[in-house]
Amino acid sequence: MSDTFLYGIEVVMNGLMAGVLYALVALGFVLIYKASGIFNYAQGVMALFAALTLVGIMEGQVPFSHLINAIFGTNIHHFGWEVPAILAIFLTMGVMVLFAYLVQRFVFRHLVGQEPIILFMATIGLAYFLEGFGDLMWGSEIKKLDIGLVQGASVWFEDLTSGLGGDGFYGFYIDVLDVTAAVVAVILVVSLTLFSQYSKQGRAMRAVADDHQAALSVGISLNFIWILVWSIAGFVALVAGIMWGAKSGVQFSLSLIALKALPVLMLGGFTSIPGAIVGGLIIGVGEKLFEFMIGPMIGGATEAWFAYVLALVFLVFRPQGLFGDKIIERV
Amino acid sequence: MSDNSQDISQGGYTTVDGRKIGGVMMEMKNITLRFGGVVAISDISFNIHEGEIRAIIGPNGAGKSSMLNVISGFYNPQEGEVWFHGAKRPNMRPYQVAEQGIARTFQNIALFEGMSVLDNVMTGRLTKMKSGMFAQALWKGKAEQEEFENREVVEKIIDFLEIQAIRKTPVARLPYGLKKRVELARALAAEPKLLLLDEPMAGMNVEEKEDMSRFILDVNDEFGTTIALIEHDMGVVMDLSDRVVVMDYGRKIGDGTPAEVLANQDVIDAYLGVSHD
Amino acid sequence: MFYREAGDFKTTYADDSQTFPIKFDRYRYYLVLAVAFGVIPFIINDYWANAVLLPFLIYAIAAIGLNILVGYAGQVSLGSGGFMAVGAYATYKLMTSFPDVNIFFHVIIAGGITALVGVMFGLPSLRIKGFYLAVSTLAAQFFLVWLFNRVPWFYNYSASGQISSPERTVFGYAVTGPNAETWVAYLFCLVFVTISAIIARNLTRGASGRRWMAIRDMDIAAEIIGVNPLKAKLTAFAVSSFFIGIAGALFFAVYLGSAEVGDTFGTTKSFLLLFMVIIGGLGSIFGSFAGAAFLVVLPVLLKNVLVAGLGWPTDTAAHLEILIIGGLIITFLIAEPHGLAQLWRVAKEKLRLWPFPH
Repeated sequence: MSDTFLYGIEVVMNGLMAGVLYALVALGFVLIYKASGIFNYAQGVMALFAALTLVGIMEGQVPFSHLINAIFGTNIHHFGWEVPAILAIFLTMGVMVLFAYLVQRFVFRHLVGQEPIILFMATIGLAYFLEGFGDLMWGSEIKKLDIGLVQGASVWFEDLTSGLGGDGFYGFYIDVLDVTAAVVAVILVVSLTLFSQYSKQGRAMRAVADDHQAALSVGISLNFIWILVWSIAGFVALVAGIMWGAKSGVQFSLSLIALKALPVLMLGGFTSIPGAIVGGLIIGVGEKLFEFMIGPMIGGATEAWFAYVLALVFLVFRPQGLFGDKIIERV
Repeated sequence: MSDNSQDISQGGYTTVDGRKIGGVMMEMKNITLRFGGVVAISDISFNIHEGEIRAIIGPNGAGKSSMLNVISGFYNPQEGEVWFHGAKRPNMRPYQVAEQGIARTFQNIALFEGMSVLDNVMTGRLTKMKSGMFAQALWKGKAEQEEFENREVVEKIIDFLEIQAIRKTPVARLPYGLKKRVELARALAAEPKLLLLDEPMAGMNVEEKEDMSRFILDVNDEFGTTIALIEHDMGVVMDLSDRVVVMDYGRKIGDGTPAEVLANQDVIDAYLGVSHD
Repeated sequence: MFYREAGDFKTTYADDSQTFPIKFDRYRYYLVLAVAFGVIPFIINDYWANAVLLPFLIYAIAAIGLNILVGYAGQVSLGSGGFMAVGAYATYKLMTSFPDVNIFFHVIIAGGITALVGVMFGLPSLRIKGFYLAVSTLAAQFFLVWLFNRVPWFYNYSASGQISSPERTVFGYAVTGPNAETWVAYLFCLVFVTISAIIARNLTRGASGRRWMAIRDMDIAAEIIGVNPLKAKLTAFAVSSFFIGIAGALFFAVYLGSAEVGDTFGTTKSFLLLFMVIIGGLGSIFGSFAGAAFLVVLPVLLKNVLVAGLGWPTDTAAHLEILIIGGLIITFLIAEPHGLAQLWRVAKEKLRLWPFPH
């Protein structure tokens, strides 16, 4: 096998791994969209916020220390303790649930029945608010997130595959962290599917997704379901935040990477969990392959736009996405 | 009104109350419309004469609204032909149908909620407004002149439908009955040859129904507009219409004057149910 | 008592459809114009011009443009930063390729080029709606920024990858370049703002505006009453991009003097413009001005109070700023989706009835 071809395969594998992470963020979008019809632009910033909070708690940072210092002229930064990763994850989850409650209580409860596009713009506002809030709370410098996940190339896999190519080929490079992320994503998808299919709350969630009014009339609390959904989305954001954060540090660009989940969704259809996964993989592989093969000819860094343009072109031909329901217009 | 469809073989007739009805304006030939596997309309033919009031009736889900949607170009039927003014109509986009002089109202009011009554009615004139962007940008020449000419037409219709007082009110603030009237005004503003009304009296009280009936008759009488309407209130249908098409489960089960249709056994069965003994 | 329609009878349709039907409004409008053209140029200084006035005027043009697309035609775009970049780079190429042509025409032509690009990216709007469209406009945003970053022809192969505007004059006065005087730059922008606002107003009160609003309020019904949706949407994209392109051209050539595409015209700019439109008021020309003024003044105010006044670190103040902006967006969408313009209308309504509110 030629080396170029082998590199191509490696690119595809890395693309798949990146795609899994996109899918992970996209999952959060799908959950909220299905249950409330809200297209949550803030999902990416929620991942960033969750990761920031996790790091902050683990390192024993004082929340709002910059603000406190600015107002009172003090100079505090840390409590001086460190919190074990597991406990910190639980505490962060608590924060995300609280966030879900507050979002429901102060924002979307007042926007029930508004047009989808207004809700969408409200989530953009929410994204800005949360970004500013997170930065004020924890500071905006780049942070390292280390909860003990193994990182770096899989030597085992490299050795296993090095025989495939010539002398210059050292085997496929795969980051162990990516593999972990893929496994976590699969577990998440399976458990979320099980939850929504078989648990009482899951059924209620699907009922709400189908028809708010009807669900209300059979005694389902919309408020509770929406808080639940936002909490689950917060949990998904936390997982995504941990994975991305461990990979490339916790910083603002994390929320931009998370934006890639949008084209993923357009490709996969907003209402389909499998769609989010497949869309994620297509985008992940597509952008890596495009950069590998076409990128060098046209100046590189095509990953900045490839996903969006692919989704755009795709949507023109199939407006409902890969797995979305066909849209029938009525008057 | 245009007179290019005086096809003698399908010539006009005189109604019971003595009105002269012209030749065939629109003819639906063997229309079949499917949504996936569901057949909404199956092999229906009927025609609409110039100047008449034609009703389409039938139980819920009979395919009446789908038929109206076929006429207004919103759905293109899989089989069958639509003939308008003696020519076969190719598949068209709804806006092209509108430009041919077919206007309509909707079952669930479809007004532009963000605009005033006046602006809503003015949108009915959009097919007549042809000035370029440049003239519009400067509000000069053709653009300005066109604006005021069309405003004059619109004001006449506003007077006709007695909605002068709410001219500048945002549509979203109006009660249901008035909204229906504004929608009629918007359709009339287009000075249509054929006016389609989808349940113009749904959800109205007796008084509002009387008003609306009067307006429909006046439109037909004063402007000579041909009208095709869907209505559930049998009393209204029988009073207003010259001829009636009855649909059930996507098929045509009756066609004729109100009296003929009322005597039709199939129609009675569809409305009252058949006794199986 | 003087703020009344009563007694001010309209006898022609022209009178009735004018921009300011109430006399008092009309006089105030003339007064604002007189002050803007006749007084401010004489008292302007560098700080006010650069911190507030120039960005306000330029953003107002962009906000008018975006408002036509979002507020009037109902097509949400997150790509305005990219379209501003098209305007900026088009002017740059025109200024350097045709130095003898007056910069006034460069800016106009740059607007025209942006309109073409806008139409191109607006084509999918026929099939894609709502937030699908919003997301696909991000394609325009990211692609355009990448294009100007990676294709050296656009920045004339300069080593830094930046573009900087050479000196150009109007009536012998330098408008761009290091020797440009503040009042000249101000007047140059003011002329564009005034023309843009008048054109936008004329378009939105006439047939085009009604076509756009019909599509916005109910696209299916609009098509059935005879609005060609493709044409209506594409003209909205064209007109909107035209103004945004002009704003981009002025922002680069007159205000900044030099620009780097990613920093100047990134997604942040797209969102800033969208926020101006939301806060100012969707579907209102006045709202575009109000929104632009608000979001230009707010950071300056915060900076003066928090950083200069209270001695906060700059980044903390900046974080507070985006938090406030985000919060305001939500607040406005909940409480007053029509923005500052509606608050202003309500205030006027009250004034019209004062002192007998019932």
